[in-house]
Amino acid sequence: MPATVIPRPFLRDLRAFGKPLETMVEWVGDLGFFCWRAAKTLFSIPFEGAEFLRQLDAVGAKSLPLACLAGAATGVVLSLQTRDSLMRFGAKSLLPAVIVYSLIKETGPIIASLIVCGRVGAGIGAELGSMRVTEQIDAMEASAVDPYKYLVATRILACIVAMPLLTVATDFVGILMGWVASTLVDPAPLGLFLSHGFKGAEFSDILPATLKTSVFGLIIGAVACFQGMRTRGGTEGVGRSATSSVVLASLLIMLADVMLVRLIIEVF
Amino acid sequence: MGDQVIAGPPVAVAGLRKSFGEQTVLGGIDFQLESGKVTCVLGRSGTGKSVLLRLLIGLETPDAGSIRLEGCDISTASAKELNEARKKVGFLFQQSALYDSMTIEENVAFPLRRHTKLSAAERLDRVHQLLGSVGMDRDLDKMPSEISGGMQKRIGLARALALEPTVVMFDEPTAGLDPITAAEIAKLIVELRDQRHITSIVVTHDLHTVRTIADRLIVLDGGKTLFDGSYQDFSRSEIPFIAQFVKDAA
Repeated sequence: MPATVIPRPFLRDLRAFGKPLETMVEWVGDLGFFCWRAAKTLFSIPFEGAEFLRQLDAVGAKSLPLACLAGAATGVVLSLQTRDSLMRFGAKSLLPAVIVYSLIKETGPIIASLIVCGRVGAGIGAELGSMRVTEQIDAMEASAVDPYKYLVATRILACIVAMPLLTVATDFVGILMGWVASTLVDPAPLGLFLSHGFKGAEFSDILPATLKTSVFGLIIGAVACFQGMRTRGGTEGVGRSATSSVVLASLLIMLADVMLVRLIIEVF
Repeated sequence: MGDQVIAGPPVAVAGLRKSFGEQTVLGGIDFQLESGKVTCVLGRSGTGKSVLLRLLIGLETPDAGSIRLEGCDISTASAKELNEARKKVGFLFQQSALYDSMTIEENVAFPLRRHTKLSAAERLDRVHQLLGSVGMDRDLDKMPSEISGGMQKRIGLARALALEPTVVMFDEPTAGLDPITAAEIAKLIVELRDQRHITSIVVTHDLHTVRTIADRLIVLDGGKTLFDGSYQDFSRSEIPFIAQFVKDAA
């Protein structure tokens, strides 16, 4: 009796599972090479200072109102929901600390990152995708300009730099609006709210949680540029690139968040 | 090595092969461009004419064969050497490929800003001069989407000429244009040859344009060179494909 006979249905399932797995591994490998190529150009002369500042404005300044709005909504909702829960346990005095810690350690960074991912990721994916299908990237290359340096590296770096700054803004507005929502029900001065909220807080609570968004920025920039640069198939392809940029970057952000939170807990 | 300037033809191709998957697009092409002449490349759609141009400028990698561009063997050149060679070449894309986030003026200024040390005023002068030479001296602050296809071709040509190239490659320069605009573009190509002694390679289907501009004609068919000669020889050729081509275009 043959010892290594694999049942046919199982083999079929294995093959069906193998193809997407192969595609995924290939995608990750290509993304790695893509990032390496972009990273190498970052340190070569001339530096693309003007283009970097333009991208920083597009990614950072133009996302600021949206990030603040998301932070404000989160702060208000946190305040309203948590107050009710804390009152049941007679721990209403912990409300400022819950809002502050929740926003600073997790909600602020992840909300800001997902907001920027939606706005900037789709924008970069569509912009580069459109440039690819209309041969603008080829034109750039043909005129001896490295598109990885001019288009890709500047956008990724802008996302890396802008994300922590946007997160600080989201945290700030979130805490402020958390206080507003709280003080409308139970008036308290802002100073008192903040002193209770930040009581016992250390840099190790704030800094790693804020700086981890640079990794999210890297993910947003790299995935969106990668999807945009490999666009094929006209306007439909541009649409696909924009969508896949947001979907893939969002998933990777959540995955990275799990790992980074674990790492931060271990290290700090 | 790659960036050495070797006296010889501006573009020399030997044994050039390119396939996409199972499909062989170029199956061994050899030619050299003559300095200061206009060479037209003809052939049916899908015979690899545009791929040939993309290979010449290094946008595609050949499967086999060598390409020397202004003395630089681009199949073995480093990225830096390739870019140095590219600075000597202008490329007009089929759809012009203007940067749609930049104005007309910024499009033409882009290569100058990247590769020259001109001051802003000098750059602006040069841009106006380039645009004037292709008959475009107004609406410079418009975006590419706000101008016609013919105007886009002219802007594309001005941008291609910005770094004073010795070779200009044209991919279907008259495609989609009305006969008058097509004739104007053809006239510009002839002027480049006569006034600036620029070597041109023009991929086209437009036999009328070919008659006006070509010093030499290369016909590709089935990934091979079917014909290489003058327009007179081409129009008298008894090769069935060429005879049919001439007859259908008449």
